[in-house]
Amino acid sequence: MSEATVNEVGPHEGVTGLVDDWGADKQAYHVPWGKAMMWIFLVSDTFIFSCFLVGYLNVRITTTQPWPPQSEIFALSFGGDPIPLILIAIMTFILITSSGTMALAVNMGYRKDKVKAFWLICATAAFGASFVGMQAFEWSKLILEEGVRPWGNPFGAPQFGSVFFMVTGFHGLHVSAGVIYLLWVAFRVKRGHYDKKGYEIIEIAGLYWHFVDLVWVFIFAFFYLL
Amino acid sequence: MASAEGQQHPLGIYYKIWILLFVLSGFSYAVDFFDVQGGMRWALVILFMFLKAGFIVAIFMHVVWERLALVLTILGPPTVLLLLIGFISIEGNYTQEARFAYMGHDRDAVALAPSDLHGEEGDHGGEEEH
Repeated sequence: MSEATVNEVGPHEGVTGLVDDWGADKQAYHVPWGKAMMWIFLVSDTFIFSCFLVGYLNVRITTTQPWPPQSEIFALSFGGDPIPLILIAIMTFILITSSGTMALAVNMGYRKDKVKAFWLICATAAFGASFVGMQAFEWSKLILEEGVRPWGNPFGAPQFGSVFFMVTGFHGLHVSAGVIYLLWVAFRVKRGHYDKKGYEIIEIAGLYWHFVDLVWVFIFAFFYLL
Repeated sequence: MASAEGQQHPLGIYYKIWILLFVLSGFSYAVDFFDVQGGMRWALVILFMFLKAGFIVAIFMHVVWERLALVLTILGPPTVLLLLIGFISIEGNYTQEARFAYMGHDRDAVALAPSDLHGEEGDHGGEEEH
């Protein structure tokens, strides 16, 4: 392959492309720098959450006291018998819905449909805010009614409270920060700030938001279901 | 090169994945709702969890359409975590076994549920001993 051919057809794909991208003393990632940086941040954030989850794994395995029954602790009753994990299920569906609206917002951004993108990002932020509201409700029920504390609880292993508040709290912080970030992006989109720059920013904000949803998938499984 | 001009894909794929995520979450919740227990519970919950995570990363985060250099940067480093999880599990079981064997902890302790406690007023007495 001569260089001329490469230039005509663009860079190689697959493993040849990997070697080219890393070995040719040039830009490695063919994406906007903001997107590459967001990915680097998300990979490092993955490690932070993984440290918490592995710490949880360790205390959960090593504790000799029985683990509290999450399904019953997180049950909620609407007048009748308590329904297990219902609030958590609603929170999960809300976060997935917000991920969907975010994916559509990214798409509308690339179609340069500013109005739709703006409203879809606002909807995503609203779902995120309602998620945080439900989490606040869940925490207050857990603390005030069930008497769960970071250092102990009436049901079983005291580590339950500490890892639960630590990990869901850190996730809730991510959601709250994401809501602010999304609103900031939304209003800049509306003002036409990205008309010349291009709309990659919505995809970058979207990556962060999908990551928050992704972390919840793991929290939902390990803290509530297992 | 798709990524230079941004990730533009037909809307249909997003709707399909969206619905799929709802269905998978519904399945996860059904595992708890129908009170599936034991190994089956672990297998199902972890299966649905990885499917959901995979679809979010692949489609919503567009990883499936990225170039291999970026894909490996994203997915490569976290794979070492599997090693950490494996080591912690082995070590954790050893620690727990040592606590049972040498520190006199009760192997048969049973957790309490809110329904056990709300009957007896004012007695939030901590771990029960059988």
